[in-house]
Order: sequence, then C-alpha cells, then structure tokens
Amino acid sequence: MSEPILTTVRLGKQFGALRAVFGVSLEFEPGVVHAIIGPNGAGKTTLINLLSGNLPPSDGSIHYRGQDITGLSPDRISQLGVGRSFQKTNIFPTFTCFENCWLAAQSRRPSSMRFFRPARRLVDVEARALNALETCGLGERRDTVAAEMSYGEQRQLEIGMMLATEPDLLLLDEPLAGMGSEEATQVIGLLRRLAEEHTLILIEHDMDAVFAIADLITVMVNGEVLKTGSVEQIRNSAEVQQAYLGVEEDEA
Amino acid sequence: MFRTSLTTNLILICLLVVLAALPPFLGIYYGNMVTRLMILGIFAMSLDLLIGFTGLVSFGHAAFFGLSGYILGIVMMDTETASIYWVLPACLGVTALASLVIGWFSVRTSGIYFIMITLAFAQMLFYFFNENTALGGSDGMFIFAKPTLAIGSWNPIDFEDHHTFYYVVLVSLILSYLGLRRLLNAPFGQVIQGIRTNEDRTRALGFATRRYKLVSFIIAGTLAGFAGFLEAMHTSIISPAHLGWHESGNVMMTVILGGIGTLHGPVLGAFAFGFLHDWLQDVTEHPTLYMGIFVIAVVLFLPRGIAGLPADIARWLRRKPPGDGGSPP
Repeated sequence: MSEPILTTVRLGKQFGALRAVFGVSLEFEPGVVHAIIGPNGAGKTTLINLLSGNLPPSDGSIHYRGQDITGLSPDRISQLGVGRSFQKTNIFPTFTCFENCWLAAQSRRPSSMRFFRPARRLVDVEARALNALETCGLGERRDTVAAEMSYGEQRQLEIGMMLATEPDLLLLDEPLAGMGSEEATQVIGLLRRLAEEHTLILIEHDMDAVFAIADLITVMVNGEVLKTGSVEQIRNSAEVQQAYLGVEEDEA
Repeated sequence: MFRTSLTTNLILICLLVVLAALPPFLGIYYGNMVTRLMILGIFAMSLDLLIGFTGLVSFGHAAFFGLSGYILGIVMMDTETASIYWVLPACLGVTALASLVIGWFSVRTSGIYFIMITLAFAQMLFYFFNENTALGGSDGMFIFAKPTLAIGSWNPIDFEDHHTFYYVVLVSLILSYLGLRRLLNAPFGQVIQGIRTNEDRTRALGFATRRYKLVSFIIAGTLAGFAGFLEAMHTSIISPAHLGWHESGNVMMTVILGGIGTLHGPVLGAFAFGFLHDWLQDVTEHPTLYMGIFVIAVVLFLPRGIAGLPADIARWLRRKPPGDGGSPP
C-alpha cells in the first residue's frame, strides 16, 4: 500500500448541538477514486468543506502529503494542490468561459500582485486556461459568457476551473447534480479521464455513476463512517443496504 | 477583462479634445468649475475601483481625500515655499498609511458592516480635525502658499496660474484613468474583478482575497488622496467638510450616477452632477430637491448610469414593437 495522499484523524464538525461530522478517520490513496456516499444529511458536504478549508474543524486533524493542514484557509489548501468543485454551481457568471478558467490558471503564478503588465501576455496562464477548457469539453464555448450556458455546461466549467489550478487531488461535490442523462454520461467520461492522472474524492448521489467510477467507497450515516470498502464489498454489505441502499430502493 | 467599446473610446477621445481646447472660452468661473469637476472625476474613479471593481462599498472614502488636503495644509502652515517633490509624496504617503490601517480593519468585514466601519473611521477623522483648534477647528484652514515644481530658479509649471493648473489636473485625470485601466487588465486587476463577482470562488481558486482587497483599498485611498491634494491646491482651503460623510455620499452618488464599474462613468457623473447643480442653482431656489429627483430618475431608468446611456439608447432603437415578446428569460 502506498503512502496516503490525504489522511483525516478523528475529524469532527459541530454546528451548535448538531454533530454534522464525527470521528471520521479516513485514508485516501493517491491515484484512487474514492467515493463518499450516504443519505442526505450524512455530513458528506460538510466533510468536503472541512477538507477544502471552507469550514474549520471542531475536532481532529487533516494531513495532506504528511503535512498538517488542519484549519488552513481555502486559498492555502488550494495552493498545495487540492482543487474542489462545488455542489451548487460556483463560477464567475459574468465572465466568459475563458475568463473563468483564466483566473483559475492565474492562481498558479507565484503572485498576482502585479499591477502594470497586461495579464493576457502571460502565455503560461493562457496555455493552462485553454488546456482546462479543452479537457472539460468547453473548447468551443471559449468566448461564451458563463451565465448564458446551460446548467450542465456550467457544471463542466466548474470542473474546468478546478483543473486550471492544476491540482493533484480533486474534491468533487456532486459533479452530476441536476444533470440530464446525456450530460451526466459526458461528465462521467470526463471524470474517468481525470481519474487516470489525479486522485479523486467524490461525493455523488447517482449510484450507477459511483459504481462505474469509484475504486473505493465510504458510506457515511449521521456524520459517521459506516463502512469503507471496494464497490463489490459495499454493494453486498448487508448493513449498508439496510442503512442506505435499501432505503433508496424503497423510495424508488 | 476590462475593455471599452470602440464607440465609447471615440466618445471619450472627443470629450478629451473638448476639455483640452476649452480653457480659453471658459472664463474664470467655469474654468475653476471644470477644474473642480475633473478633480471630482479622479476622486470618483478611485472610489469606482473599490465599489465597481472590487465589490467594496466604502462610505468613508472622503477620509483620504480630506486627509491629504490637511497634510498639505499642515506642511505649508509655517513655510513660504516648499518643493512639491517631497510635499506630494508626504501627502500620498500619509494617505496610503491611513488607508492601510483603516483598510486592514475594514476588509475583515463585508456588506453592511464594511459600509459602517469605513463610515466610522471617516467620522473619527472628521471629528479629529473638527475639534482640533490648532488646525482651524470646524472652519478648517487656508493654504496660503502652494508647493512649487521649481528647481533652483527654474519653475517649469506655475501652479498659481489657473490655466496652467487646469492642464495639470487634466493630465492627472488622463493619467489616473490610463493607470487604472492598466491596473485592471494586469494580473492584480483580474483578481479583484474575480473578488467582486464571486469572492468565495476566488478564494477557493487559491487567492488570498483579503490581501487583494486591502491592496485595492490602499490604491483607491491613495488616489483619493491625490485628488484631495489637487483640490486643496486648487481651492487653497481645507476643512473638516472635505472628509465628512456628506462628501463620501456625494462621491458615491457621482459613481452611481456615472455608472458603477465603468471607470469613465464616474468622470461623466462628476460633470453631469456639477453642471446640473450649477444650472439648477440659477433656475430654482431648491436645487438640492431637484437633484434628488434627478438621482432617483437615473437610478430607476438608467441602472447602468450615464456611461450605460449609449448602449441603452441603442437597445431602445432596436427594441421590437410591444406584444412581440422576445425578451430573454
């Protein structure tokens, strides 16, 4: 087993009396697609917010490549090579696709405290932005204003912006949320391609997608880890079915 | 990316030519007025950098405008002659330092709290000067002597001359505009425009947004200080009113009237504001009342301000007859 890229130790987050995340100790292997599933309110998004620095943990610690990153701000964590996409589309709506990815790509410059030379002359940033646009499948939409695109395309852009920051570890919070089946198929293809070169931590409700992409699955219930295992193990686990999959099938 | 359309550029160049050719025809009253409005234009552009491009609504921007004027007044208090080569840096340096301190606290807040904290700091400065009898208290102080550009006996530009000073201000206005444009298209400008549009996302992309907001605040404050320096040079008087909330409100109104986030809009706003007020004073006893109506009308019918007027007119002309539908969702 290789050295984990990200480790959490008894990670917890408390909102008032609500224990949103509790005692989560996980190891994320490099190059692995690790999905986190669980019913609504299981604390999945809170966990991602803790990992990306958007929320400070109340308990426990987070280590990235052996470095303690507990409580670091989102920009510092991003600079270490952790990219994230958001569950609710989080882009620059008035910017074009290119400008969205441009700003993301520019974040990898040593400093943007540069006041005079036009930014557009930074060829390395341009290359990274265009590359990210191409990868996320929006190469043709380069000059389209983000707000004018379909929801699915905006989700793709969201991923494109993350890629333009050239992360090693991707935190994906429901990348397929609200997508039509055609768009979803496209994004699943994209995630598969990304998985070849990146480590993915993926929250997703679409079970078919999870079973298709994930190498490892962690099931969370009520803020705690219920079980971690391979796709087969999770699919065949009685306790998971009872706690989660069974409920879903009843609803369907 | 900050860009202006070809039409806008042409209009701006035409206005510039008019401003440059105007002085011989203006007479002293209107010459002084246009000088004052150009200074207000610089001041308003500096606030637009905050409101329109960084998303920081500062309600205490006059603090830097007035502070710089006071520094000039204090420096010139006991001296007959002083060189601008150190007086101007002194004024700008103090203003920059003040914006660093005020900004350091203010950028930790956002929204309504940012408005209140900037207002509170400005009012603190207001009362400091208002109660300070050594500096003239609420009457303010006269600036009897102006710093000069002279090197030895050679004085290339005489600030005492109204015509000359008009051109000094015009050149300052042009340089401020071009400098800010340059800034907005530089890497720094890209980041602050990202912050304006979506600060959380900008931070998630790896930018320490607070630092960028602070630097933007300092640049805007210092430029406001430069405008305040010109104003004090121009009017030879500085009083607490220059840094009061009334002045902050005026400049904010100028930005809104002219068009937030357009850079040239606030300059147009300054002129519209100034000339309208001047004209209203001639035709009515209640100019402020009608100004209020004008402001309401602009906000209601021209949400993008005066700078958005050409685009709005173009849209009205292209508008399909009613009943056609066709408005996008």
